[in-house]
Amino acid sequence: MNAPHIVGESVPRKEGRDKVTGAACYVDDMVLPGMLHGATVRSSVARGKIKNIAFGPSVDWNEFVIVTAKDIPGKNCISLILDDQPCLASDTVNHSEEPILLLAHADRHKLRKAVEAVSIEYESLPSVHSMEESERQSTIIWGSDNTLKSYLIEKGDVDSVWKNAAHIVEGEYFTGAQEQLYIENNGVIASFEPEHGVTVWGSLQCPYYVHKALLALCGLPEDKVRVVQMETGGAFGGKEEYPSMIAGHAALLAIKSGKPVKIVYDRMEDMVATTKRHPSRTRHRTAVSKDGKILGGEIEFTIDGGAYATLSSVVLSRGTIHAGGAYYWPSVRIRAKAVATNTPPHGAFRGFGAPQSLFALERHMDRIAQVLGISPIEVRRRNFLKPGQTTTTEQIIRENIDLNHLLDRALELSDYDAKKKRFAAENKNGIRKKGIGIAAFLHGAGFTGSGERYLDSLVGVEAGADGVVRVLVSSAEFGQGTNTVLCQIAAEALGLSYENVAIAQPDTSVVPNSGPTVASRTAMIVGKLVQSAAKGIKQTLVKAGLLCDDYTPEQFRSACREYIAKHGALKSYARYEAPGDVYWDDEKYRGEAYAAFAWAVYVAEVTVDLTTYSVTVDDFVALQEIGKVLNPVLAEGQIIGGVAQGIGFALYEKVVWQNGRMLNNQMTNYIMPTSMDLPPIRVFFEELGNIHGAHGAKGIGELPMDGPAPAIVNAVEDATGFRFDSIPLLPEDLFEALRDDSADQDVPSPARGTA
Amino acid sequence: MNPIRETSAKCEVSFLVNGKETKLLAHPMERLLDVLRNDLGLTGAKEGCGEGECGSCSVLLDGMLVNSCLVPVAQASGASIVTIEGISTHDSMNPLQEAFLECGGSQCGICTPGMILGAVHLLQKNPEPAPADIREGLAGNLCRCTGYMQIFEAVTKAAQRRVAK
Repeated sequence: MNAPHIVGESVPRKEGRDKVTGAACYVDDMVLPGMLHGATVRSSVARGKIKNIAFGPSVDWNEFVIVTAKDIPGKNCISLILDDQPCLASDTVNHSEEPILLLAHADRHKLRKAVEAVSIEYESLPSVHSMEESERQSTIIWGSDNTLKSYLIEKGDVDSVWKNAAHIVEGEYFTGAQEQLYIENNGVIASFEPEHGVTVWGSLQCPYYVHKALLALCGLPEDKVRVVQMETGGAFGGKEEYPSMIAGHAALLAIKSGKPVKIVYDRMEDMVATTKRHPSRTRHRTAVSKDGKILGGEIEFTIDGGAYATLSSVVLSRGTIHAGGAYYWPSVRIRAKAVATNTPPHGAFRGFGAPQSLFALERHMDRIAQVLGISPIEVRRRNFLKPGQTTTTEQIIRENIDLNHLLDRALELSDYDAKKKRFAAENKNGIRKKGIGIAAFLHGAGFTGSGERYLDSLVGVEAGADGVVRVLVSSAEFGQGTNTVLCQIAAEALGLSYENVAIAQPDTSVVPNSGPTVASRTAMIVGKLVQSAAKGIKQTLVKAGLLCDDYTPEQFRSACREYIAKHGALKSYARYEAPGDVYWDDEKYRGEAYAAFAWAVYVAEVTVDLTTYSVTVDDFVALQEIGKVLNPVLAEGQIIGGVAQGIGFALYEKVVWQNGRMLNNQMTNYIMPTSMDLPPIRVFFEELGNIHGAHGAKGIGELPMDGPAPAIVNAVEDATGFRFDSIPLLPEDLFEALRDDSADQDVPSPARGTA
Repeated sequence: MNPIRETSAKCEVSFLVNGKETKLLAHPMERLLDVLRNDLGLTGAKEGCGEGECGSCSVLLDGMLVNSCLVPVAQASGASIVTIEGISTHDSMNPLQEAFLECGGSQCGICTPGMILGAVHLLQKNPEPAPADIREGLAGNLCRCTGYMQIFEAVTKAAQRRVAK
């Protein structure tokens, strides 16, 4: 068996040819005979009681399939964690754009008119539209205190550090909502046949989440619900939970009509109604010694969850655990909570809470440096986590990570020192100010704490009589490279060529539940299981006496053929086994939060134009340690794409709210970076390895979302001398802050903060 | 959708689609995108925004790069239209398609057909584009996955190979 290495090679994307030729089949490309189109009638108020639903006289309603909450055969909820979100509102609505009624018709144009002809009367109730309002609890909109979830992390005796502190540094930081803006809008097709039950084809990340939600909603047994993932045109977390809602809607219409029903949102509906990144507020109060070491701190991390609990508890958890970043905290108290507001629920978006709390921390590190009069580099150097030290959850760093080395290399790659000096000299004149900023951070891969144990993922590998091996997982491809890296791992494990391995379309009637495609877990956790399952195929053939340890592809093929002739099928499964050293206490929020962390240092160089108040990112260095790089081109693509979204998060993407409803729900006025807006994004890897991942891989999907925003805003401060602690930072925000300051030099602008 | 569509009768539209004479009945204000996808089964053009911002529905109309979501089908009458399905054969891909595959220019793939047609158009006008030309030439095609760098690399590579031939 002398197969060349496949893992570590930039083999082409498995489904790449279909994508570049336009042959790839997305859900809107699919048409079923007799198919109807479905549409959703949504709430026009933020909170209220539904008093009456009237169907206007301009429409012949006999032509339409109409579904309300009364038509739900099972439980009226989107089953996820707390099951508090209804599939269709029945008597009260808790956010604008909440689904109330469904319509279906074969003609999309008539459908559009019909949606407009439904009028709903409400008795409005007081609504809550900010975290502060929610915390005041003068109006209770969720549970007994508007708190969707809270956590407390305590390490050491933080109350004793203040008296010995040379400096106490405070800061308050904000991040805004961010739209995932996958270019393919949400969509599904559902069909129903009494003998087979419900089948759903859709654009989604987690087939078994949708499966679970449909079981509860439709009141069907497991084998009567089938979920198939179609080619998915981007997700970024935005298709983790909401597809359960749309699938539910399409399924209800299909059950009632007996016909297949397609629901594909247009851009405006997708942006106004579906989930976004949680807005956040983080408060830091840090005790620092005179030599710049953190003695301890209090961190308050609050996120806006929207009207229902959905995934907020888990987003909050990840944000909370990442709030201490890549630094050693001898003592710390982190109080975190997700509060309810009457906006559509916020949800998963790449990074999942970490970009929010890390933005705050990495801005705060620059603030500490300023107060101490040391450089942003030095303050990080003095506080970096070292092997053997513990994180805020008291997880011991067991890997041999050297953050000072990463920092040195990033500084060298970005020519930091020379630029810093040059900019300081050049900025004295002219209206174009240049600045350079850094962010150092970590990102935990896989589900938090005991999460992977609960998921209990199962992976299959199957070999055919033709010797072609098929990977069976519910882990979905939506651009990040799942298909390709899992096939590489299986091919390498079996000593076969990449072309000899295929991956099954995620279809719950075919593939086992390998868990959701989230949390940067696929390459690391699922990859390792694919490796074991693939090795199982070989062991089965060897045990059956059909194969020696060393074999050629031809020998493998004939062994498969013989085995299948005798036994029918050749499949091997592998189930997740929790590593013995991963200990986690869910009550105290203490222990091994993640089986592995990826580490990074990012450097951003910016120009701030004081005529237009625009910020341009001129250069971006992204250096990270991610274990083994399984496919360099795909890995680089993940990092560049994440950095681009991070630049959008920092400088471009602003959700404008009015009474809990997004006002700028179009690509015309919600601006993401174009090809003209991005700097060269230069990506560098270090590979330390990781014992828990396939070939030493760690998760990388989310990591690049964490660093760009703080690095850029740190650079803007370097350029202008002004503190900006809130993102997105648009030209109008810069204008306000800098204009106020020049108008009255004695009064600090609000953006300057109060440290 | 479009009020004119409700009241106007269908009319015959004929054009060349990927070199093939095509005749069909359509409402004159029907979007070219819908006619291509629903009537002709050419689903490579995608709807991303429906308002000409994202470029996922890009096709070539008499050599011009257009957002087919903004073109009423009547306006395309008599034109020669090229979609993503028209730039490769079963056996061989266009050099741009090869380069996108090689360089990681396509991730989720939804913007890819439009992006590649944008690149085809760019290289037709400018066979040896400088990096700034590529950025400008593709500015009407949004990609949320790649951050564009590997797309620039693919276009550069395809251009170099064409020139080398």
